[in-house]
Amino acid sequence: MTARLFCCLAALVTLVSCSGGAPPAELPRRGAGSPAYGDALVVGTIGEPSNLIPLLASDSASHDVAGNVFNGLVKYDKNLELVGDLAESWQVSPDGLTITFRLRKGVKWHDGTEFTSRDVLYTYRVTIDPKTPTAYAEDFKQVKSAEAPDRYTFRVTYGKPFAPALASWGAGILPAHLLEGKDITKSPLSRHPVGTGPYRFKEWIAGQKVVLEAFPDYFEGRPYIDRFVYRIIPDTSTMYLELKAGGLDMMGLTPVQYARQTDTPEFLARFNKFRYPASAYTYLGYNLRNPLFADRRVRQAIACAINKDEIVHGVLLGLGQVAHGPFKPGTWPYNPSVRDFGYDPARAKVLLAEAGWHAIGSDGILTKDGKPFSFTIFTNQGNDQRLKTAQIIQRRLAKVGIEVKIRVLEWASLLTNFIDKRNFDALIMGWTIPQDPDIFDVWHSSKTGPKELNFIGFKNAEVDRLIEEGRSTFDQEKRRRCYWRIQEILAQEQPYTFLFVPDALPVVSARFRGIEPAPAGITHNIIRWYVPKEEQVH
Amino acid sequence: MVPLLLGITLISFVVIRLAPGEPVEAMTAMSPKITAETRQRLREFYGLDKPLHVQYATWLKQVATLDFGRSFAPDNRPVTDKIKERIPVTISLNLIALILEFGLAIPIGIFAATHRDTLYDKGITIFVFLGFAVPTFWLALLLMYFFGVKLGWLPISGLHSLGSETLSPMAWFVDLAKHLILPVSVATFGSLAGLSRYMRSNMLEVIRQDYITTARAKGLTERAVVYRHALRNALLPVITFLGFSLPGLIGGSVIFETIFAIPGMGQLFYQGVMGRDYPLVMGILVIGAFLTLVGNLLADLGYALADPRIRHGRG
Repeated sequence: MTARLFCCLAALVTLVSCSGGAPPAELPRRGAGSPAYGDALVVGTIGEPSNLIPLLASDSASHDVAGNVFNGLVKYDKNLELVGDLAESWQVSPDGLTITFRLRKGVKWHDGTEFTSRDVLYTYRVTIDPKTPTAYAEDFKQVKSAEAPDRYTFRVTYGKPFAPALASWGAGILPAHLLEGKDITKSPLSRHPVGTGPYRFKEWIAGQKVVLEAFPDYFEGRPYIDRFVYRIIPDTSTMYLELKAGGLDMMGLTPVQYARQTDTPEFLARFNKFRYPASAYTYLGYNLRNPLFADRRVRQAIACAINKDEIVHGVLLGLGQVAHGPFKPGTWPYNPSVRDFGYDPARAKVLLAEAGWHAIGSDGILTKDGKPFSFTIFTNQGNDQRLKTAQIIQRRLAKVGIEVKIRVLEWASLLTNFIDKRNFDALIMGWTIPQDPDIFDVWHSSKTGPKELNFIGFKNAEVDRLIEEGRSTFDQEKRRRCYWRIQEILAQEQPYTFLFVPDALPVVSARFRGIEPAPAGITHNIIRWYVPKEEQVH
Repeated sequence: MVPLLLGITLISFVVIRLAPGEPVEAMTAMSPKITAETRQRLREFYGLDKPLHVQYATWLKQVATLDFGRSFAPDNRPVTDKIKERIPVTISLNLIALILEFGLAIPIGIFAATHRDTLYDKGITIFVFLGFAVPTFWLALLLMYFFGVKLGWLPISGLHSLGSETLSPMAWFVDLAKHLILPVSVATFGSLAGLSRYMRSNMLEVIRQDYITTARAKGLTERAVVYRHALRNALLPVITFLGFSLPGLIGGSVIFETIFAIPGMGQLFYQGVMGRDYPLVMGILVIGAFLTLVGNLLADLGYALADPRIRHGRG
């Protein structure tokens, strides 16, 4: 579940952790029926989970499963506000340095033992233990001290106020009584987790399926749906056929499937389709160390030459929206008044001429000091949307006299040979948008070092200052002002040309009722989904 | 055989490390919450900070005791366990497909040879090459759509239906068999061409020999000539083919397994390579290399057993 908070470049539309804003496109057509226990929800997962101890896994499949088995101290609710989960409430000290969590009483682990502050303390300690191979230690290293004054209180103190700290306590809390004093990397819990969540682990058949069953003593009440089955189906076409044949109850559709293949009356009678913005964006990023892109006017010109609407229509079949900045449209950090450069090829030519690119070679390509304006866009293999985007941009830029070459590379070699070595002109990639708007790692000038994520080398003193200010206060209004200003600067500077925010397009079998689309997507109330008795099939 | 095996492991060990990227990368790349220190800690955890020859020596020592080490994937499980849980499925599937392949391709080859240049021969040639040329994934999807969605006769993917645990052993077996029909048919159809053409040319070769002319001159029936005299000799090279098929038993096609959601070795190997999971990749390569060598040995032995000319030295 913590995976949702982190940026990752992998799949744009993950199945279970989708989140978004707009109301649903479709509403259930059948009657509501009455809530009943029973039945099973079968979902498809492209990858097999690797490790069900959330601390040790970095893939979305593992976190999707573990998210139903474990709880954090806090979570994001349906409106993407932080609320208590295992913590009943919390208090931030006036200086912003200490957070005191009051834990829920009477919460049971799946083996019947009571959950206490000892578990939280253990989870913190094992996370920062240098021997634990985890990708999630960073936020917790900011903690100066952690203590559990009594069974139901947990207190952490930070060296300086750190706004993303609160959200970091959404990480899954592990059972101390089963892990303390043992080597977590060799624990059987990685394949047989014991958590506090709504579903407890039942079985895992390697390469085939993971089955969870409802935990009757869950502190928010027993989930209506008795079993949660993850079927491992590595191919999306197969998954779609399985869905149509009734072998799956829920999956994320591709834009083509959503727009062209599922509008039949037969499909709509059996499934409910949903649509809302995904927490992700795709961008064209320029290597700012490259003299070609050092001039801001050149980047602005490229932004003018690209028709973003055309990309949304061509690549996403209209199922998405144009992006103007790094935040999710409709959320509090998003500045709705920022609009960057609209499609205006004439202006692009003017800007390029101002930057010195006015001579036109015999092949129609702009030149400056005898050198043609030609660069390569890199993107990773296996992402058709990015490749198509690159091709559309290639065509548009050719019209203003810029030659674009496209190179598609396997992920690891793109990363090692080009991004890590800063040896690229421009990239088409994507980020997932984390719930907490702190964008330090991607945009701060201190993060341009080897393997760090500001790989385009963006350095802007004002943005640095705003990012630091934004992460050091818990006051949302102050933070909002920082992030709104950052968006204005990014829109002018164009270190990235933000391209689009795709829509998440989940589809769920119509026998499931109680689905409430919200800004956080549809799975926020999954324990309240139900199938009326007469429609249960499993 | 041992020096050969060592050579294979050494080359594989070096080559897999030449590929850009590291196992740690798959976990840490593009994650904002990773510092250089964390990355270093992970590299030490996996022993990647040591020089290559030290890593190889450590690995070799482990393998000498038949321990392939622990996977570099986040599950950190013993490689042997990961291979073990996938091998039964892979071997059974491949074995069925292999039996079908030989069972169909040999008669097809013989038939084509004895009906050389007739319409039958040409029809068969087109049929087997069609199987060879059609992309597996495309054919698989069409069949899945037709038999799974349209007609609803066969399950689409996986090995068992949900709830198959509660079925009686007989029903459980039928359920499994139904799941296997599509993958096995597609696999077999795709592999008919090679062996049947091979069989056809062997057969034609033998039929041209003097002793066949002699047999015919003796006045034997065409049946006896073809099946007793020609076929036995034409089958000899097929032994080699069978020997080569041995390592193929644990291998699998990634595309094929991915489409049918079959948890086989092909997928495991592919994931291993993409995640730069060195111990897993090496483990599978060693087993594959070992089986290849054993297959060659068995083919040689089988040849000697079947052909007295080889058994007695000079051919």
